[in-house]
Amino acid sequence: MAETTGKERILAAVRAALSDVTVDDPVLDSPIDWQYGQATAVEQVLALFIERVEDYKAVVLSAATAAEIPQLIADCLQQAQATTVVVPPGLEPAWTTTAELDGLRILRDDPPLDKLELDGVSAVITAAAVGMAETGTIALDHRADQGRRIISLLPDTHICIIRRDQICTDVPQATARLAAAIRDKQPITWISGPSATSDIELSRVEGVHGPRNLYVLIAP
Amino acid sequence: MSDNRDKEQGLGNESSAGAGGGAGAGLGVGTGTVASTHQRRTPAPPAGRLIDSPPFPAAAARLIGNQTLRANMRHATHTIRAKRAKVAAELPNWEQLRQAGAQIKDRLGRHLDYYLEQLEANLIANGAQVHWAADADEANRIIIELVKAQDVDEVVKIKSMVTQEIEMNEALEAAGIAAWETDLAELIVQLGHDRPSNILVPAIHRNRDEVREIFLREMKLYGKPAPEDLDNEPAHLAAAARAHLREKFLRAKVAISGANFCVADTGTLVIVESEGNGRMCLTLPDVLISVTGIEKLVPTVEDLEVMLQLLPRSSTGERMNPYTSMWTGVTPGDGPQEVHVVLLDNGRSRVLADPEGRAALRCIRCAACMHSCPVYERVGGHAYGSVYPGPIGAILSPQLRGINDAVDKSLPFASTLCGACAEVCPVKIPIPDILVHLRHRIVEEVKRKHLGLERFLMGVAGWAMARGRRFGRLGKLAGVARRLTGREYLRRLPGPAHNWTRARDLRMPPKQSFRSWWKKEHG
Ligand code: SF4
Repeated sequence: MAETTGKERILAAVRAALSDVTVDDPVLDSPIDWQYGQATAVEQVLALFIERVEDYKAVVLSAATAAEIPQLIADCLQQAQATTVVVPPGLEPAWTTTAELDGLRILRDDPPLDKLELDGVSAVITAAAVGMAETGTIALDHRADQGRRIISLLPDTHICIIRRDQICTDVPQATARLAAAIRDKQPITWISGPSATSDIELSRVEGVHGPRNLYVLIAP
Repeated sequence: MSDNRDKEQGLGNESSAGAGGGAGAGLGVGTGTVASTHQRRTPAPPAGRLIDSPPFPAAAARLIGNQTLRANMRHATHTIRAKRAKVAAELPNWEQLRQAGAQIKDRLGRHLDYYLEQLEANLIANGAQVHWAADADEANRIIIELVKAQDVDEVVKIKSMVTQEIEMNEALEAAGIAAWETDLAELIVQLGHDRPSNILVPAIHRNRDEVREIFLREMKLYGKPAPEDLDNEPAHLAAAARAHLREKFLRAKVAISGANFCVADTGTLVIVESEGNGRMCLTLPDVLISVTGIEKLVPTVEDLEVMLQLLPRSSTGERMNPYTSMWTGVTPGDGPQEVHVVLLDNGRSRVLADPEGRAALRCIRCAACMHSCPVYERVGGHAYGSVYPGPIGAILSPQLRGINDAVDKSLPFASTLCGACAEVCPVKIPIPDILVHLRHRIVEEVKRKHLGLERFLMGVAGWAMARGRRFGRLGKLAGVARRLTGREYLRRLPGPAHNWTRARDLRMPPKQSFRSWWKKEHG
């Protein structure tokens, strides 16, 4: 039971170190002067979101009506020269109809695809959970319309559809909206543009491991 | 380094200081030593340990001799400093955020036993297994056992300061397990038999031709070869790394990570990164082992809204880093189905025991203090003899290790107390105050032990001077010595510092304080 001993030793050392702390309740003992979950003063949430996502060299498209979404998705896939597409089990089926007519292979991740199979897939389409305007961030909570973490990681192109009402001002509001999913034990992924590195001679290269192309489609 | 999407400097897992202040030994050296006792599974790093780093001047001489390199490093430091300042100024409530960050970490630290038990209970309830390690050896033993239980001889890992602190890679190597670095700069360093040259840009001492040569020569020895027609375009080099590592990610059964934050009230771990290698490690393998210092907790999920604003803006000067991952134990059907968390003390409870020094444990490893530090800019990371260099290293390493040896006794003196670090620190660690406090502790201890105070102080000064010729400007050190002893000396330094004073006079308390000099020159 070496581990139990380790735990007891560490906790005993911590308690001994804190002998000067006499108030047991952390909240009473150590106040935090912060109002959690507040919206910030962003005037044009949608416009700022678009500007900031584009800042990251992601492509942003807006659909005026839901009916436009399938065509916009097909356009993105064509631009990215995708041939195979993986979609999460809960993705709106209508969204891929145009791409299917274009002759693309659509793979539904149900039953779950093998990782080697996914490695050969060129694109993924997912919904989103929350958008943050100030930072240009999209958060996935990996529920059924977003799927397992692996499907939005291995393909080189990620098309992410986010509804206007999912876009909020900044990190605090977004964290408040995501808290329920975290407490439901959902994994969470925040994405702010495609990955980038400047490790070689400070020369900037977009996309090292994650999807190198990110399309963000704003739905009504 | 001009736009907003640059690779983060060290903001990786546990952020920043990621690359650590590697020893000078490997700086720019082509091939390292090869261990003779057994067949190594990973490229051998240069011989020697960080704390026994060779004298700084040897490494610095190489750097100083290379004008391009020095210019690159200066450029990188100044760019990141400017970017941080810009994105911090963007938020009207930045100061309130810093205050909240400090208070959150104080609440955590002052009730650490409570939050540790809460975290453990939530992790276990969510299917994770929790291990407690009092020191580096215990942590490495636990990790090796967990890896061996999977019957594998390699792991992929995310850059992490805590695994550097416990020297995990070499412990795994000694146990016959290859630990593959997956951060691009770390990969260049590892395949180059090297140590990181700099925290900001760990592989900056390698130009594109050298990176190409390293990839062509080494990749085939350890996995998927680089394409034979590989040229020196950074985009093509990055693509070669992508392909080489993709094979390892897909094959790996076990991944090892640190954690930027561990949320006590849900049992959620958080990794902040930019390349996507973190997401690969956290998602593809069957087994995930996360090693984290016990100070990395935050009380609640809601606290993340403060930390996830402070960290990327302070670290890489970005509004947000490209990828942040959160996971809560095991997610059925998604990602690793066996999840371990190793909680590491390794001196942290000792830091906690000093009410005046414990604020050092608030640190979220953003590296802003290093990027702002005039001493660090001149002497580089190697002079600090620790994986935690710069201002935070000067207050954290001696406290973690217990102020026993000469290096640790000297670190609190390796500063001009200019205060730039405290101004940028996102969790408001009063670094200069803690430095002064530690100096006092050291002097008191020396007195108590009836050692020659004068000799000790001169030794300290000599050590610091020997590791940074530019300390000549930082005459404050002499002022400190004078104030402490009430005497004027330091005209000639003893022992190893002799060479230094032979070359120039050490100005006794400067007419102008360093701080005002700095402001005048740079402000
Ligand atoms: S001490 Fe503060 S500024 Fe320095 S690395 Fe830690 S959090 Fe960042």
